[in-house]
Amino acid sequence: MDSSKRPNRLFRNLSAKIASIPMILTAVVVFLGGTAWTVIYSFTGSRLLPKLKFVGFDQYERLWSSRRWMISIENLAVYGICSLILTLLLGFTLAALLDRKIRFENTFRTIFLYPFALSFVVTGLAWQWILNPDFGIQGVVRGWGWESFSFDPLNNPDIVIYGILIAGLWQGTGLVMVIMLAGLRGIDEDIWKATRVDGIGLFKTYTRVVVPMMRPVFVTALVIIASGIIKLYDLVVAQTNGGPGIASEVPAKYVINYMFRAQNLGQGFAASTMMLVSVIIILVPWAYLEFGGKKHG
Amino acid sequence: MADTTPMSFDAAVLTEPRGPKPRRRLSRRNIFLYGTLLLVSVYYLLPLYVMVVTSLKGMPEIRMGNIFSPPVEITFEPWVRAWSEACTGINCDGLSRGFGNSVRILIPSVALSITIASINGYALANWRFKGSEVFFTILIFGAFIPYQTMLYPIVILLRELGLMGSIGGLVLVHTIFGMPILTLLFRNYFTSIPEELFKAARVDGAGFWGIYFRIMLPMSLPIFVVAMILQVTGIWNDFLFGVIYTKPATYPMTVQLNNIVNSTQGVKEYNVNMAATLLTGLVPLVIYFISGKLFVRGIAAGAVKG
Amino acid sequence: MNTSKYSVQIRDLDLHFGEIKVLQGLNLDVGEGEFLVLLGSSGCGKSTLLNCIAGLLEITDGQIFIEGENVTWKEPSERGIGMVFQSYALYPQMTVEGNLSFGLKNARVAKDEIKRRVARAADVLQIEPLLKRKPGALSGGQRQRVAIGRALVRDVDVFLFDEPLSNLDAKLRADLRVELKRLHQQLKNTMIYVTHDQVEAMTLADRIAIMKDGKIMQLGTPDEIYNRPQNRYVADFIGSPSMNFLEGTLENAEFSVGSLKLPMTGYNFLNGSASNGDTTIGIRPEHVITGELVGRASVQTSVRINLVEPMGSDTLIYADLAGNQIRIRMDGHAKVRTGDDLAIGIDAVRASLFDKKTEIRL
Repeated sequence: MDSSKRPNRLFRNLSAKIASIPMILTAVVVFLGGTAWTVIYSFTGSRLLPKLKFVGFDQYERLWSSRRWMISIENLAVYGICSLILTLLLGFTLAALLDRKIRFENTFRTIFLYPFALSFVVTGLAWQWILNPDFGIQGVVRGWGWESFSFDPLNNPDIVIYGILIAGLWQGTGLVMVIMLAGLRGIDEDIWKATRVDGIGLFKTYTRVVVPMMRPVFVTALVIIASGIIKLYDLVVAQTNGGPGIASEVPAKYVINYMFRAQNLGQGFAASTMMLVSVIIILVPWAYLEFGGKKHG
Repeated sequence: MADTTPMSFDAAVLTEPRGPKPRRRLSRRNIFLYGTLLLVSVYYLLPLYVMVVTSLKGMPEIRMGNIFSPPVEITFEPWVRAWSEACTGINCDGLSRGFGNSVRILIPSVALSITIASINGYALANWRFKGSEVFFTILIFGAFIPYQTMLYPIVILLRELGLMGSIGGLVLVHTIFGMPILTLLFRNYFTSIPEELFKAARVDGAGFWGIYFRIMLPMSLPIFVVAMILQVTGIWNDFLFGVIYTKPATYPMTVQLNNIVNSTQGVKEYNVNMAATLLTGLVPLVIYFISGKLFVRGIAAGAVKG
Repeated sequence: MNTSKYSVQIRDLDLHFGEIKVLQGLNLDVGEGEFLVLLGSSGCGKSTLLNCIAGLLEITDGQIFIEGENVTWKEPSERGIGMVFQSYALYPQMTVEGNLSFGLKNARVAKDEIKRRVARAADVLQIEPLLKRKPGALSGGQRQRVAIGRALVRDVDVFLFDEPLSNLDAKLRADLRVELKRLHQQLKNTMIYVTHDQVEAMTLADRIAIMKDGKIMQLGTPDEIYNRPQNRYVADFIGSPSMNFLEGTLENAEFSVGSLKLPMTGYNFLNGSASNGDTTIGIRPEHVITGELVGRASVQTSVRINLVEPMGSDTLIYADLAGNQIRIRMDGHAKVRTGDDLAIGIDAVRASLFDKKTEIRL
């Protein structure tokens, strides 16, 4: 090759390009292509097999008039709001407690985090057992002589989602605690000294000084919790399988039921597109704050 | 997000606490502090305790006693039954089959996903080409797309490849969905290696693969361990992909466990169910307790995936 | 093109990162066996230029020749260069010997030859006892010797140094500087050396190229750079404490600022004669004459001392001259106090005149 000529751009860095083929295929074909495919087919009347027979917004109309979907959405909203608030609150409180130069910090951290290592299925089944009305908490308290005691969330359609929430919190708080702990450790020690010198009380120091300084950490935690909430599926399947009746259905389960059980692909696609839309609604402002803001700052 | 180094989470485990120090041993504040922590610890430890206790009791004892009381008579029979006799549908060969499937899914998935992602991350960190960052950004945003929107296209893909229902198909799925977070992990790690080292190797005449194998790999053992922890726990715990892309003969352990416990047929054997649940949770738990701080690093990195 | 007497030639080199033009229309010839220093503040493009020469950055336009051969699109390893980095960039998992021989193994050099070259480099740099050690077990100075050795074993004509001494402490830096100079005299290779340290530049260089914003502001011997800076930027950049600048007018070869008049007799004007107009005069603090020699200076005046900074070997004085604060460098023994009046003299021959607008030397 004549070295005075610029080599063909396509062949420059060829090994890197070849090595990146799996990544490119995944990004373009599966992630972009797959998502676009699903969105497009959500406007079709596909049932057992995908067919390009467009029916406009029919699937969406049917979706939003379905009681099962409305319950799913309502459940996700309750679960989402509660889990968001409680996970942040608990996670931060635990992190703040662990950050106070305590003994056995490692032991406590290990205890708070181990549920995160487990499968949602394991978590769901464990809590299904603990909340078992005959042998679990209710049964035990009744056995102590308090016969009228009632705590049976998994069989009560009105509160079943809180039964799932208890398990979800158990599994997920540890992670948020670790993130918060990292954030707390990132705060300059001089800040603590300054608040001591200024005579600011402990509670005020946390709420007025520390938390505002940890804004980016809270945002990260928020995004993590939020995207986890939308994916809520395994836990419900294991703990209640959507029951009693359809009282604990969630959108992710709705999608899978329609796609793989009810053989109504169009409904599944429409429901999953709605999930995508909700993720975009969460993600876009966050991405804007995180990346758009920096350019101007 | 692309620039969130997982390393920064090390702060949670590697640095000293910064909060104000409690002064006296038995101040009211200290009692409150440790009291709260102990109480919360009970909430976290209770399910594990109940599972262990239940799995060691016989059914008559479970029916009579309460779930918190320790077993009067310890029996390992539930564990044996869970492992080799528990029924899913017509199969009554226990969880051992699911365990075997999970292992056969796990090993190639972990190997393949880490191999591909580490090479991707290396190319992105050191051999950027036109468009590489675009693909990477798509990949990372792809991690936030709900899996549900990609489930069916992948079914078609696997059918075309003749892999639907097979372990090979699930391996491919795990490799695909593990790619964003692992690529991010490796890219950030390789970016943190001084660029001059890479330049020196190029002056020394090493190429793409030469630098990867001779310079980068030997320096990257810790991050490979982190990636392995991340993948082993993630793939082992997967339920969604297992239930969709495999068939009963190739179900991973989590799916089989759910089928055993939530089976509507026959009398519920809570002790066997709990033994089975513990058996399934054992692999990630062992990894968690052995790896300690590296696990924190791994999940903190995985947290970006959400 | 006659390329025989130059070791490295750069022709119309452009480098753009997207919209940003990092290097623009650069031309540079480096002679056989020359020690050329690229000097400038951070972000001036000096390291970027070195990376282009090494082939570690793909240039946008232009050509690069090494030993007469067009290497513009060649791989770094095929260019006949050796490179030494600021952070040493030693492969941490390999022994010193492994580090030295890695490039040779990649080039499939015969085993005996590798052994011979490693031994010779180790001998030249006196690192034989370290050969079996890993870089982690070496001190900063030892690491940098190994890094130099890695360039040495390649048996190439051109050495590229990218701020090689910046990570060392002051004492070690001075020692290694001397050693580098000795090495250059012994090996007689062409060396291109990037630094932001003007002492390193002045002491090591045959020629210095001062860079700013991707352009070469002046290329010349250390003496030329110091005594005849081609523009105000170079004048200001070189010398510590930096040059005093007074803005005034030049008329009939006489520079005037306020009441001070400086006849520029003996000043070597670039185009032979003086033009009139707004002009800046630059006088180095060490060129302000004090003490007994004042009487011999072409212009003599007196200033009030505002501040005295004793620095041991020298004493630095801040004073007002024609409404401007100037710095004067005196002997460390000088007995002066704040508030004193000090007689000074200025020698037109040692001053520099710049056009006020273009900042180019007159």
